Amino acid sequence: MATLPADPMVPDPYRVGQVWKETFDTFTVALEPAHNAASSAFSPGQFSMLYVFGVGELPISISGDPEEPGRLIYTVRSVGQATHALVSRKPGEMVGVRGPFGGCWPLAEARGKDVVLVAGGLGLAPLRPAIYQVLRHREDYGRLIVLYGGRSPRDLLYRKELAAWARQPDTQVLSTVDYGGLSWRGHVGVVTTLFRYVRLQPARTVAMLCGPEIMMRFVTRELESHGLQESDIYLSMERNMKCAVGFCGHCQYGPYFICKDGPVFPYSRVRSLLEKHEI
Amino acid sequence: MAEKTQAIVEAGQIERLIEVLHSRGYEVVGPTVRDKAIVYDRLERLADLPVGWTDEQEAGSYRLKRREDGALFCYVVGPQSWKKYLHPADVRLFSAQRQGETFRILSNPDPPPPGRHAFLGVRACELAAIAVQDRVLLHDRYRDPIYQGRREGIFIVAVNCTQSAATCFCTSMGTGPQAHAGFDLALTELLGPDHHRILIEVGSEVGAEVLAELEHFQASDDVEREAETAVGRARSQIQRRMDTTGIRDLLYSNVDHPRWDDVAQRCLTCANCTMVCPTCFCTTVEDVSDVTGDHAERWRRWDSCFTQSFSYIHGGSVRSSAKSRYRQWMTHKLASWIDQFGSSGCVGCGRCITWCPVGIDITAEVGAIRGATASAGENDHGNT
Repeated sequence: MATLPADPMVPDPYRVGQVWKETFDTFTVALEPAHNAASSAFSPGQFSMLYVFGVGELPISISGDPEEPGRLIYTVRSVGQATHALVSRKPGEMVGVRGPFGGCWPLAEARGKDVVLVAGGLGLAPLRPAIYQVLRHREDYGRLIVLYGGRSPRDLLYRKELAAWARQPDTQVLSTVDYGGLSWRGHVGVVTTLFRYVRLQPARTVAMLCGPEIMMRFVTRELESHGLQESDIYLSMERNMKCAVGFCGHCQYGPYFICKDGPVFPYSRVRSLLEKHEI
Repeated sequence: MAEKTQAIVEAGQIERLIEVLHSRGYEVVGPTVRDKAIVYDRLERLADLPVGWTDEQEAGSYRLKRREDGALFCYVVGPQSWKKYLHPADVRLFSAQRQGETFRILSNPDPPPPGRHAFLGVRACELAAIAVQDRVLLHDRYRDPIYQGRREGIFIVAVNCTQSAATCFCTSMGTGPQAHAGFDLALTELLGPDHHRILIEVGSEVGAEVLAELEHFQASDDVEREAETAVGRARSQIQRRMDTTGIRDLLYSNVDHPRWDDVAQRCLTCANCTMVCPTCFCTTVEDVSDVTGDHAERWRRWDSCFTQSFSYIHGGSVRSSAKSRYRQWMTHKLASWIDQFGSSGCVGCGRCITWCPVGIDITAEVGAIRGATASAGENDHGNT
């Protein structure tokens, strides 16, 4: 764990290195520390608070490779004023960074097992560091299965990478969309429909989920119907977040603060909450 | 700790107490009358206290009344709490200055006030509330430097309650009416037909130093008994009760209780209860910039889980119904707080009851969920 900052609410200066357009509304931004002192170390599943001068601050999951030092990578959907301002930064411009915050995907626990990653929409971004990690240490893990659901083909993230991952040994990558359109030759349907193409070995599988709550609710059911134990299922939760250090109260989820107790939770800890509305 | 150090002073020595605290560099703040309520503000002299005033409180009602005598502390808590000073409603987190295509962050949170604060008139429930906020903002994984800067070095003069309001329920929460720890000095006001004195208990070394500067006398056993009786009077006046037995599991297992729909019919989601609550700590942030756009600041402001925006994430608010917001507030205060910080978030001060414009009573809501015969007015049909 990193040492605690003197003032956890004051960001460190980073410079925009590169901005990639992923889809019509989603961009990936690489940030480099403006001072050498700042570290870019993080664990897969963690997030940062990104500050855009005079506009606002956003909790954004880190979507880059944890073993590629020197920069932090974020994938951001431009949906509001602050996200739009963030993805509009030009290389060389400055962004404030606090973090990384939160816990990480259970990649240590998953060693020696098959890893099933199920993502919905932008939920693929926080899972990408886990994919990088498994592929870098391929011999430490069993099969890697990535199931990804998006709204439509034009919403799918990292399409070239998805194809490249699919060519890796012992790796299965399946995508599906809600609306395919005429040119789409892939799967159509919610992400749970992809399970019919997957052969799970429930006793030696760890599943990690990130996406809309309703999607995760159905995926947990699907996984349990395939024999997975709830202790082998992990979810990344989302709530409004203003401080990321447990002071602002916004990210409370039952007894938890998502910023410091999550965002990754074992399913057993949030199961009863996930079944209730408006928690 | 060693045996209690106590002394007796004439009530007029409170003037001297304020002087001594000033001379030691403290800014003295405490109860004073403003806008027909007792609020906390600077005290220059004894006369700034609500001398001869008392308060009458009920669900949704607060009135000041004149007393026949010159009592200094014969009222309980008003709409404000000490979080006004320790965890202020508005505080700057940092400012930033644009420099070409970059900007520089000036780590300059609002400095704590130049003089340290002496809090005069902190009730037992409020000492408990300060301890609760200490746990949240100082003793969790992260430490809030703004709170820490304001909290360190304060001098606390507690006041033991000798009367209670109809909205008080500190006895249920185990926080009052007597202050046991967490103060430098604790006062018990003793009013008799021919005397007006204050029993002072010393709670710290610096407290003893301050007491030494007052004209004080040894407290006799009679005086100590009189003080016990006075505090006992406050205790026996307390009518409201909250049964906290197994309250965490009670609320966790009643997420779908019909009472939440019932209270949502009455709740205006106005957030008053969270603003007056001495332990509610939630905040939001606001970014402001000057007209040139080159200077930006980030401010932290009190927020409330009763607002729609509190739970907003892309796609809408998680808690859009009044029912879910009241449930979140009460469940957090009484149940999840225990998991998060090891104690209840409620100290039984009764402010949320008094200042609720429709008089929702947290003790009655708990009673209704428990299935006890608690009354919350005419709408008491949600019991099971």
